[in-house]
Amino acid sequence: MTPEWVLPAFDAHAALVAPWTEHRDTFGWVGVMGFCVAAACGLLGNYLLLRRMALMGDAVSHSVLPGLVIAFLVSGGRGTGPMFAGALVAGLVATLIIDLLQSRTPLKQDAAIGIVFSTLFAIGVVLAVAFAGQIDLDPDCVLNGELLFVALEPSVAVGSLTLAPPAVIRMASVLALVIAVIVVGYRALLVSSFDPGIARSAGVHVRGVRLGLMLLLSLVVVSAFEAVGAVLVVAMLILPGATATLITERLPRMHGIAVVHAGASVWLGVGLAVWLDCSLAPAIVVAGAALFVAAWLMGPRGGLLIQLWERNRVQS
Amino acid sequence: MNRTVCGGFSGRRFGALVIGRGLAVLAAAALLVPWVQAQGTAGALGGEMAQAWRFLRLEDPAVRYVVWGTLLLGTTCGLLGGFMVVRRMALVGDALSHAVLPGVAVGFLWNMSRDPVAIFVGATIAGLIGTAFVSALTRTTRLKEDAALGLVLASFFAVGLCLLSLIQRLPSAQSAGLSHFLFGQAATIGPEDIRVMAVVAAVVILFVLALYKELVAVAFDAAFARSQGLPAAVVHHAFMFLLAAAVVIALQAVGVVLVSALLVTPAATAYLLTRSLPRLLLYSALLGGAAGLAGAFLSFLGPALPTGPLIVIAASVWFGVAVLFGPREGWCIRLWRRRVGVGRTRRENTLKSMYHVAEVDGFARAGVTLEELAARRRETVEEVRRLGVELRSHGLARLEREVLYFTPEGRRRAGEIVRNHRLWELYLTQSANFAPDHVHDHAENIEHVLGEAVVRELERRLNHARWDPHGRIIPSSSELERPAPLEGGGLR
Repeated sequence: MTPEWVLPAFDAHAALVAPWTEHRDTFGWVGVMGFCVAAACGLLGNYLLLRRMALMGDAVSHSVLPGLVIAFLVSGGRGTGPMFAGALVAGLVATLIIDLLQSRTPLKQDAAIGIVFSTLFAIGVVLAVAFAGQIDLDPDCVLNGELLFVALEPSVAVGSLTLAPPAVIRMASVLALVIAVIVVGYRALLVSSFDPGIARSAGVHVRGVRLGLMLLLSLVVVSAFEAVGAVLVVAMLILPGATATLITERLPRMHGIAVVHAGASVWLGVGLAVWLDCSLAPAIVVAGAALFVAAWLMGPRGGLLIQLWERNRVQS
Repeated sequence: MNRTVCGGFSGRRFGALVIGRGLAVLAAAALLVPWVQAQGTAGALGGEMAQAWRFLRLEDPAVRYVVWGTLLLGTTCGLLGGFMVVRRMALVGDALSHAVLPGVAVGFLWNMSRDPVAIFVGATIAGLIGTAFVSALTRTTRLKEDAALGLVLASFFAVGLCLLSLIQRLPSAQSAGLSHFLFGQAATIGPEDIRVMAVVAAVVILFVLALYKELVAVAFDAAFARSQGLPAAVVHHAFMFLLAAAVVIALQAVGVVLVSALLVTPAATAYLLTRSLPRLLLYSALLGGAAGLAGAFLSFLGPALPTGPLIVIAASVWFGVAVLFGPREGWCIRLWRRRVGVGRTRRENTLKSMYHVAEVDGFARAGVTLEELAARRRETVEEVRRLGVELRSHGLARLEREVLYFTPEGRRRAGEIVRNHRLWELYLTQSANFAPDHVHDHAENIEHVLGEAVVRELERRLNHARWDPHGRIIPSSSELERPAPLEGGGLR
């Protein structure tokens, strides 16, 4: 490495405690926002993993970009409503095109996803650059997210009561919606994820569940997009569920572990960002990935260390 | 839609067509050269025209680098992508391309400059570590491949973004070029980059040519390849190494996020055009190179238009054209086939009705009047006349003064359809225990699709029976061969 850059000394208090005590003005809402994003993505991600649809999140999150740009051009402003609608429509269009390509051409799902997301993303980038004068859409923010800006937003006030910044309120309601859907539709989601045949015979509308799940996915991804960007959403969707599968095989417990993972990765991620002075959203994902690797190595169910130990025991 | 566009031409001819059109466009562009020169200086031209002209002359070294670079990377990625699509590994390219980002950052930190070789080495190693992680995850955990791919893709990408944000905050960092790795900017391609690209492209092409058989065996049936004593693991790892190298050379022009499209889209397009692997690889490489050129050209026209996304869009346009107009599975040709099928079925049913009418008086009369046919079909004379005209235009019947006469071809076809229908009815009642009043609808559908061989087999199994379950004569195949009485009328 170079003498210009050395690893900053790690100060446990400054990284792990201070953001939540002394600098709560800055990091308080960032933490809440990060947790809402990670928890909503993680809870939904459990079902994507079960259904082997993990990469649909990738496709939807990339196709959000042209939706945002077009909504911006049409509505002529950064109004939340039109942007949200544009992104949601784009996400749904992407899933529809993928389904169409899969069923009406000899191509398989992987190729269909690869083609659709890259095309839509490319269209979004070209539009954003071509109309750069009219759009202040920073390409870096498309990939990095702008989690820190949440703290700069003025909080919404109802009467004398000061609530949260609008982005936090939106994300928190999405999280509440995800939880509500899982609580209300748990049985249908569970059965149709594990065995569509049994679900159909039990009277569950399997295609309806799938469509609802894609709708919810689009909603979550669109709301998370401004905070964490196009690519990192995928990590948010997969990492908590993947970590949970290494620790338990029961779906209810997977939900709990996903939420814990979300909270822990926000805490450690903010610490990492403070320590190294790097971008927040990628740092949260790096922390989440580290937690995953820890579970992979030391997980009680088939962790690598356990596997190694059992192999040695069998051999001796 | 017409027959010449969507008719049954082969993948080879379509490929020839694509290449032919491409050459025609180039030739037209070449013809424009004197005209543009005659227009005088660039000042007299529109800004875009002048830019296009600057591009086409290839005198500008920057333009030459861009053209060579995009051509090389498009061709290389297209060639390797062909193997990925047939192996259903399309998204491995996606994971690989995101996983190289930390390598790019570390390669930059190595000597704090945008040194192509250091970045190439760092990125290739990072990409390989990423794919190794994917296979380790699918082997040692319960995670499926899609989850492992997405996990590695996003996690490595996050590490890369962290490192990039560190680099950008360094006081003396000349990190201007680094953000191009995210979205790609072909204008930053320099002579050293071209050298790296050319080496990689040459190695990839030689590798595919030299080890073609081994690659095919490993791609389609790794167990078979091993049983034949082929070093399947070595071939696979060599392939992954070259794939990582190809992704890395494409990074600078196309960007991390979109590189995977260069691997998937041209190959998927070729997959729609042909089923022969050598041809698929050839088309894929050509389409990739063409997309590279088109993207470079388009991005040259506008100020600061990003090359990568335009290359991807060009490749997607080829893909869209292939989905719509592909000669094998294109939506146009399928629609056409369906329409042809519907028309043929309709004509066969008209012939069958004519046969039924003529059969009533034992084929005593030469023709069938439109009125009789209309009564039989429970349709108006007008509708039946339209059907008769259709038969005439296909040479199956003659229409003279409201009377339809079979041509020999029409007579034979009508006999065949009636035979198929009655044979099938007999077969269902005799061999499948169907009640005689339940077999008609099945026979209505199958009479149009029974082939010669099946008919022979049916006749043999039914001992060349003469009567169907409803007591009507089954025209036998041997009878249909020699001229029947009705045909005399048709022939005069």
